Amino acid sequence: MGRGRGPGRWAARAVVTAYLVLLVAWPLWLVAQHTFADGLDQLRGIVDDPDVAHALRLTVVVAILSVVLNTVFGVGISLLIVRYRFPGRRLLNALLDVPLSVSPIVVGLALVLVYGGRSGWFGPALEDAGLQVVFATPGIVLATTFVALPLVIREVVPVLEEIGTEQEQAAQSLGATAGQTFRRITLPAIKWGVTYGVVLSLARSLGEFGAVKVVSGNVLGETRTATLVVEEKYLNFDQGGAYATAFLLALVAVACIVVVSIIRPKEEPR
Amino acid sequence: MSIEVTGVSKRFGDFVALEDVSVSIPSGRLTALLGPSGGGKSTLLRIIAGLERADAGTVGIEGLDATGLPARKRGVGFVFQHYAAFKHLTVRRNVAFGLEIRKRPKEEIRRRVDELLALVHLEQFADRLPAQLSGGQRQRMALARALAVEPKVLLLDEPFGALDAKVRKELREWLRRLHDEVHVTTVFVTHDQEEALEVADEIVVINDGRVEQIGTPDELYDSPANDFVMRFLGPVTQLGSQLVRPHDVAVAVGADDPDAVAGRVARVVRVGFEVRVEVSTGEQLVLATMTRTEFLRLGVDVGTTVSVRVVPGAPVVPVVPDGSPVRSGLEVHAG
Repeated sequence: MGRGRGPGRWAARAVVTAYLVLLVAWPLWLVAQHTFADGLDQLRGIVDDPDVAHALRLTVVVAILSVVLNTVFGVGISLLIVRYRFPGRRLLNALLDVPLSVSPIVVGLALVLVYGGRSGWFGPALEDAGLQVVFATPGIVLATTFVALPLVIREVVPVLEEIGTEQEQAAQSLGATAGQTFRRITLPAIKWGVTYGVVLSLARSLGEFGAVKVVSGNVLGETRTATLVVEEKYLNFDQGGAYATAFLLALVAVACIVVVSIIRPKEEPR
Repeated sequence: MSIEVTGVSKRFGDFVALEDVSVSIPSGRLTALLGPSGGGKSTLLRIIAGLERADAGTVGIEGLDATGLPARKRGVGFVFQHYAAFKHLTVRRNVAFGLEIRKRPKEEIRRRVDELLALVHLEQFADRLPAQLSGGQRQRMALARALAVEPKVLLLDEPFGALDAKVRKELREWLRRLHDEVHVTTVFVTHDQEEALEVADEIVVINDGRVEQIGTPDELYDSPANDFVMRFLGPVTQLGSQLVRPHDVAVAVGADDPDAVAGRVARVVRVGFEVRVEVSTGEQLVLATMTRTEFLRLGVDVGTTVSVRVVPGAPVVPVVPDGSPVRSGLEVHAG
């Protein structure tokens, strides 16, 4: 595959290119085109609207929090899965794919069942303690984190498996503690896996819609995130505003991936 | 004694890697743990280093009970078969690692690392990454890195196993010279009997999780404790009920020697300076090796009637009656 010469190879390239253009590049390009149909007016209108500005800020805060959570726990879980053998390890491994396979809207409903303020399993107790989860920022963070959970892990696990344990053992025999070994040896070895996982998580977190829609309550100026603004504007026939907001979201996500592919070394030293 | 291993046992699931092993390794010497793959020698080395925990038994290092100590507190340097180079650090930073962990002053680290790089002949490669070095150079770097922390004992796990034959030969001669300079107590694991016989002061033969024999290369070669040790140290042939080395089999023309066994030459193979003569004694095929000069002087060929006997004073070992399978000393190590 791919090594053949002649017309077959060109046909394969044409099919792949057409597929990607029709499915990804062209639609995204049209979003950009609609955004700039009236020059910069649409974008300016969006940024000047205090509710939209609040939604954008909320989205960024939520995305950063969930990326931090997913990075810390993701690296920890990856180490657990790769470096230790324990009963239930395979089950845990399988469970980690659930957030990718279950529809986000199911995730949202499930979170309401657990953390719902009135009838949730755990929610009333938290509410009595003064912490409202559902229909508030914590719920949005929770839902976003849940949905993006596997991304860091799936990037880090193969790298950890590849580097093996000998470098870590060598560090220990040279006097390094577990913490020093992790900081000086393991972390530098997996840093590109972590970086890629962080970028994917960030892009995914910025764009999460279904789960957030259920748990946020969609309160204007409070718990409405950028993706919810897009939907709201689109349904209210403010298509220009919808496209402009969508454009901003896509821009940040694409920028993340472009930046990483530029700074990532072409050939990682092995 | 520098390393005292007493009654160590280790299992991996159902597999018994070591069973009640006791070994004393003397200070300042170069000791080889020799044996076939899967015999437990690497496991023993890793238990001494603290990279593996024994199920039973104790490990003492320089008079200190190290059984419960983590690897980082044992004061051992460890060199891995596949180098375990820190890939993101330069050669200099690799060697400096242990000293940086110990928070030594910068100036001291620089001086010590320069000394070590000179010792392993890598001065001009100090600022390269491990990926830019050959296998032999990486292993020398790993050795310098292990020596940097001035370990009480240096442990090497099949240190030359991943290198090609020529580099392997160079490096083991170099290791011998290095040891004569540095004098740190050194233990290395190998499955190559030639490597052990050439380099080590003392050899511990390990097989099936047990110690078969401990001794100097001469002691092992001249008086092997059993048929396993004899077979493992080189080619053997069977004459009557005794195992003997083919070069200790004397061949004479004619069948008139009453102390010898009569037979006919069945095959003659010449390999360089060495000639291998196979003699059929009726029930056995006995192998004798001699130099080409000796062979020409003897003047035999296929079909000649000859008599064979063991050269007086040559080491022999009785064959174990149950006919345990012949284990060759040329097994490929599988990690």
